[in-house]
Amino acid sequence: MNWISNYVRPKINSLFSRREVPENLWTKCDECGTMLFHRELADNLQVCTNCGHHMNITPRERFNALFDGGVFTDVAVPKPIDDPLRFRDQKKYPDRLKAAQKASGETEAMLVVEGEIHRTPVVAACQDFSFMAGSMGMYVGNAIIAAAERAVALGRPLILFSAAGGARMQEGILSLMQMPRTTVAVEMLKEAGLPYIVVLTHPTTGGVTASYAMLGDVQIAEPNALICFAGPRVIEQTIRETLPEGFQRAEYLLDHGMLDRVTPRGEQRDELATILRMLTGEGPIVYGDLPAPIQDEALAEAVQAVEETVEATPAPAADGDKTT
Amino acid sequence: MTQYLDFEKPLSEIEGKAEELRAMARADETVDVEREAALLDAKARDLLTSLYGGLSPWQKAQVARHADRPHCKDYIETLFTDWTPLAGDRNFADDHAVMGGLARLEGRAVVVIGHEKGHDTRTRIERNFGMARPEGYRKAIRLMEMADRFGLPVVSLIDTPGAYPGKGAEERGQSEAIARSTQACLRLGVPLVSVIIGEGGSGGAVAFATANRVAMLEHSIYSVISPEGCASILWKDAEKMREAAEALRLTAQDLLKLSVIDRVVPEPLGGAHRNRAETVRAVGEAIEGMLAEFDGRPAEDIRAARRTKFLGMGSTGLVA
Repeated sequence: MNWISNYVRPKINSLFSRREVPENLWTKCDECGTMLFHRELADNLQVCTNCGHHMNITPRERFNALFDGGVFTDVAVPKPIDDPLRFRDQKKYPDRLKAAQKASGETEAMLVVEGEIHRTPVVAACQDFSFMAGSMGMYVGNAIIAAAERAVALGRPLILFSAAGGARMQEGILSLMQMPRTTVAVEMLKEAGLPYIVVLTHPTTGGVTASYAMLGDVQIAEPNALICFAGPRVIEQTIRETLPEGFQRAEYLLDHGMLDRVTPRGEQRDELATILRMLTGEGPIVYGDLPAPIQDEALAEAVQAVEETVEATPAPAADGDKTT
Repeated sequence: MTQYLDFEKPLSEIEGKAEELRAMARADETVDVEREAALLDAKARDLLTSLYGGLSPWQKAQVARHADRPHCKDYIETLFTDWTPLAGDRNFADDHAVMGGLARLEGRAVVVIGHEKGHDTRTRIERNFGMARPEGYRKAIRLMEMADRFGLPVVSLIDTPGAYPGKGAEERGQSEAIARSTQACLRLGVPLVSVIIGEGGSGGAVAFATANRVAMLEHSIYSVISPEGCASILWKDAEKMREAAEALRLTAQDLLKLSVIDRVVPEPLGGAHRNRAETVRAVGEAIEGMLAEFDGRPAEDIRAARRTKFLGMGSTGLVA
């Protein structure tokens, strides 16, 4: 290749077209165009501080805000076999996968963890739209099954945050088979009598919507999230119907009876704990500054030992009370 | 009159010539063309054998969609007795893209569910080209639950391009309907056996094919997306459907290797549309064979086996 076009020209261009705003510090809201400072945006869970538009958030960032003290533990997901179909479109599938892993720092499009929300122990799974459009293949299927099995083993509810363009086409029929596989996972929870709450985030479409993402005991969506089986473009192209304002958005689905609630991201932590505590027979949330859950096992044992000694010791007679 | 597919063009020429010769002989009895015509017939048969022996995935997709291929209604009318269609989802409408009802197969009462595409313009529109709306899945759920209550096996015949991409279908919750239908399949304590008789298109197919046993006709297809759809998304060019069909592994032969299906039902020479009666008979035998595997098995066992089968799916890849 040419040294001038490959090296010199980009160098010159970069000197002359200096970006006015460094990309990583400021984000422009897609909805209202407000420039948002990254720290402020992160503090607001990637929701525009001006118009309330919900942007993409990574599973770890979401879990940091969701769990008490930002503490959670990853649940292991069995790794499926690589590239089962030897799929190749314009790129090889393993190459696409590696690129996505490098960009996101995650293994795949779903993260499964366990932790506590307002002292309510749960298992949670979150789909990562930034990883190959969150598409559902064998790994995502395995993740949901692992999440359900973990929830059943611990007797905890499962919260699932969905976000996907649909099935992972590079896994062909095996991606389609995740629809029945993940439905089996939902059945495990139902049979164990454990609550399963789905939070649909933007966008949740295709085979994902038509399986585990629509089978929750409670269906919550983030504001303005696109939720559908066939996307609006497909519908317009195939049947040339003009679609109404807000079609397939969370509020539209709520109006049509397809959802229980539309809840902004910032209110989900309280709402999820409130609902789960009622479904599982726990008392209401105790608000206040609680210490973070203890992760260190040795420390946890020590604390427990102290608590046991405290309980064993008879309470001192409250002499002062008598005198009043 | 056979409708030829584009790759069958050489065949149409040979068969056309043989037909012309015979027409000539009918017009003028002194001409003897039978020997020559028989030669052409043999040539046509050889060509058909070689064409259908090595169909590419895209060619199979075309055969699977052939207008003369036997459809759900043909199977129901021929294989079953006492066919009693049952209509409606009890909520909104009856979906004509989905046939469902009670029938007997060799004397045994079963519930039959299947997609019907229609065979001419009028019936195709009536059947919405075999694309179910939410009401179709909800009718199927209702029938499956009834089958379970009365201990009747369920037979599903799959032939759909996929779910219907329409405004109303979305508004009435087709994702939820498909998810619930898949769930209903998984809850059955009676055997559910499926045959993919043409196109097994995406979620619309899975909704009825989450079965104990799935058979596919030799030249049918079963896929997460149509080759055209996949081509336009991954290749950004809908004309790359040949490549997409290849990559998707949507043929019965590949799906058997992947253990996604359990058996392949051979089609007559030149595809199901060239000998409909024989195809229908072969499918009937396959259904009976698959149902017989579950005779006498307890409900819990049938349900558990179905789940285990799907949980284990995909643990082996395709060794290309």
